[in-house]
Amino acid sequence: MTDQRSQAEIVRQSLKRRYRKERRFRFYGIAAIGVALLSLVILFTDIIGKGYTGFIKTTITLDVVLDGEVMYLQDAADPEQLDMADFQAPIIRALQQYFPEAQDRRDVRELSRLAGSYASNQVRDLLKAQPELLGTTQTLEFLAHDSVSVYVKHADNPSYSIRLSEQQQRWVDQLVADGVIDTAFNDVLFSRGDSREPSNAGILGAIVGSLLTMVVTLVIAFPVGVAAAIYLEEFAPQNRITDFIEVNINNLAAVPSIIFGLLGLAVFIGLFGMPRSVPVVGGLVLALMTLPTIIISSRAAIKSVPPSIREAAEGIGASKMQVVLHHVLPLAMPGMLTGSIIGMAQALGETAPLLLIGMVAFIVEVPDGFFSSATVLPVQIYLWAGSAEQGFVELASAGIMVLLTFLISMNALAIWLRKRLERRW
Amino acid sequence: MQTANLLPLVLVLAVVAYGLAYMRSRAVAEPLGGIRNLKSLPFYYAARAALWSAIPALIVLALWASFEGKVIQNVVMGSLPADLAPQSEGQASLTLSQISNVAAGKLDPALVPEGIAGAAGLLDSLRAQSSQFKAILVLLITVLGAAFAWTRVMPHINARENVERTLRGIFFFCAAVAILTTIGIVFSVIFETVRFFGKVPISEFLFGTSWSPQTALRADQVGSDGAFGVIPLFTGTLMISAIALLVAVPIGLLSAVYLSEYATRPVRAVVKPLLEMLAGVPTVVYGFFAALTVAPFIRDVAELIGLEASSQSALAAGLVMGIMIIPFVSSLSDDVINAVPRALRDGSLALGATQSETMKNVIFPAALPGIMGGILLAASRAIGETMIVVMAAGLAANLTGNPLDSVTTVTVQIVTLLTGDQEFDSAKTLAAFALGMLLFIVTLILNVFALKIVRKYREQYD
Repeated sequence: MTDQRSQAEIVRQSLKRRYRKERRFRFYGIAAIGVALLSLVILFTDIIGKGYTGFIKTTITLDVVLDGEVMYLQDAADPEQLDMADFQAPIIRALQQYFPEAQDRRDVRELSRLAGSYASNQVRDLLKAQPELLGTTQTLEFLAHDSVSVYVKHADNPSYSIRLSEQQQRWVDQLVADGVIDTAFNDVLFSRGDSREPSNAGILGAIVGSLLTMVVTLVIAFPVGVAAAIYLEEFAPQNRITDFIEVNINNLAAVPSIIFGLLGLAVFIGLFGMPRSVPVVGGLVLALMTLPTIIISSRAAIKSVPPSIREAAEGIGASKMQVVLHHVLPLAMPGMLTGSIIGMAQALGETAPLLLIGMVAFIVEVPDGFFSSATVLPVQIYLWAGSAEQGFVELASAGIMVLLTFLISMNALAIWLRKRLERRW
Repeated sequence: MQTANLLPLVLVLAVVAYGLAYMRSRAVAEPLGGIRNLKSLPFYYAARAALWSAIPALIVLALWASFEGKVIQNVVMGSLPADLAPQSEGQASLTLSQISNVAAGKLDPALVPEGIAGAAGLLDSLRAQSSQFKAILVLLITVLGAAFAWTRVMPHINARENVERTLRGIFFFCAAVAILTTIGIVFSVIFETVRFFGKVPISEFLFGTSWSPQTALRADQVGSDGAFGVIPLFTGTLMISAIALLVAVPIGLLSAVYLSEYATRPVRAVVKPLLEMLAGVPTVVYGFFAALTVAPFIRDVAELIGLEASSQSALAAGLVMGIMIIPFVSSLSDDVINAVPRALRDGSLALGATQSETMKNVIFPAALPGIMGGILLAASRAIGETMIVVMAAGLAANLTGNPLDSVTTVTVQIVTLLTGDQEFDSAKTLAAFALGMLLFIVTLILNVFALKIVRKYREQYD
């Protein structure tokens, strides 16, 4: 009896220590999850904090007197005169109305750097379109110069350096107080292609490039992936070739994406002589890359169709192909679509293989077809993140937010599809 | 005619063939007393006509379009007079772009040697001829296929059998694309790699300790050889991957344990998708985060405690990469832990062990091989990861063990060597393919090995 009690005693005494260990272990688990979720939160807040200003543009609104004498322009309908005219001058005049004291050369130069460098083009384009406006006064809204934009948006952020002289800062402060310099939603971001100047750069070109690339990827990867899955699940005989195909699919799913870029460079561009930096080649490469994902999820979807459906169809005399195409495929379709959307989301965020096939070029125009040079969203983000000009960092984070919005909506669509269409047997 | 116009035309013709064969089969069935006297439904006769007209034509079209550029190019280059024939590959591409610029009208023919202008004319006419022949051939094949199918609309022929066999063939081809892709990958790296080893000895590549792929423009320049020793790249890759695994394995494993053993169902339902979100974030976003937030932070902290850190430290890239592969490790470990039979767990708990003791002494040893497989897969992920290191790790190939230093990796070098101006024959470009081959082989071995472990382990308990 005493012996037993002492053993129970030993156990009881050790219990406290063991429970402490148990609690500690549980705490480690919570801490691990906490660290992971915390990094997710830090990642998102960092990007939003850096990037929300990318959605803001700085404008400067001036009453510009389109004086022919100031611009050395007699006839705005004459293209030769338009080429020679000085469109900077009326903008400077308009600014001088606020700062009459700025008359010497240095002041004028500093004054001229308040409006963005495309401001004079804007005046020219206006006169080119409507020559009759020569001599009138127009209220025009220009984009502010990049350094003004940085000053207005980030004056109290130490990670930005202000590149305005003290005089310019005083001017800008006054213009902001007067409401001449103002901030607005950055519609430039969504209506233009890339540019050397942050305030003029947009992601429309990259978005269109991404869409074109994704269309190519989808058109190739979805039918091929579904057909491959049907073959492997329904028709493939148990033999070496089938085994070999399966091994290949599993390995391709784990091959680093950059290797697919080498494949695209050597085969599509080198061997077939396709052009560089075009959505077709990008789409082909990404299609090969997403194919394993689509095949694997489509096979799972086919597997989940219960055998009773097949047996019923076969029982009333359907051929194997009819069973598959008329019954199994429609029932497996929601699962296949879900898997494909997730695969497409992966492809949309992929960067590395596209760098190798030349989609990193600096492209200003919005691409207009599958064979025109283009870049895609993640590559545009990469390019901006590496730019020296400080205004590009906020654009890169804004681009990331746009990209993440696309990805999250695609995944939400996949989840919704699964909930809505998938049947439980 | 352009391929882009020819393709829809072929498809339209296939639809026409479908319609014609459909009507024909009904017409054939009419005197016999309705379609029940046909061996197959009219749909199958029609579908067969469409397939037979479209498929051969599309195959020919694809082959022609793939190779016409190269063939024409070779003919044109061969036609150049001897004094203009290019000596090197670099010169060849220059001459070629000259010729195509003249042909495209971007360059005045008067400005180039006569031979070039002649070649441009030849290029023009060959291109025109090629697209003419292509159009005629493809359309001919389409019509012939349709006509053949039309004559074969007979009541005793089983068209359904034909259609189904064709479809099966197509399905098989689609599955075989996976094999073709692998072959494509192997061949695309192997040729360039062999050429690279013709220029740089394989022993120097594998065991050299210095990497500076700058080849000189002129042969007599100092240091014109460049150094192609892969060791510093490998140590750099290994260091960053090791840091990543040091972050990801404990965090991923512990989260998986907590989620599968302790977490209540609602907690699991919320936390699991959140963790997977980490895997869904594009790598370029992690790269941005590593380069612009984590790296400066690490540099500042190191300065604060009196250490010197590079602004592109291996630590920053490794930490962020670790965060990226957390969900990878956790979902694989989760699978493995859940595969351990219930009986082992219940037995241990029934003996009075606490949950953590059960975990540490029973489940974990049983799941260990599977977890190792998962870690190997994660390692292959880390080694092949590109964007984070391209953006956050440096270009300097330092052979160092200090994680605060800047190192470079295999993938970074592939990207740097292949973006920007390049000529296809220089050792620099070829080196990128050799690195790609190395990367492919290493990740392949890791993957095959890991998959084998995971599968073997699963079979044991199933």
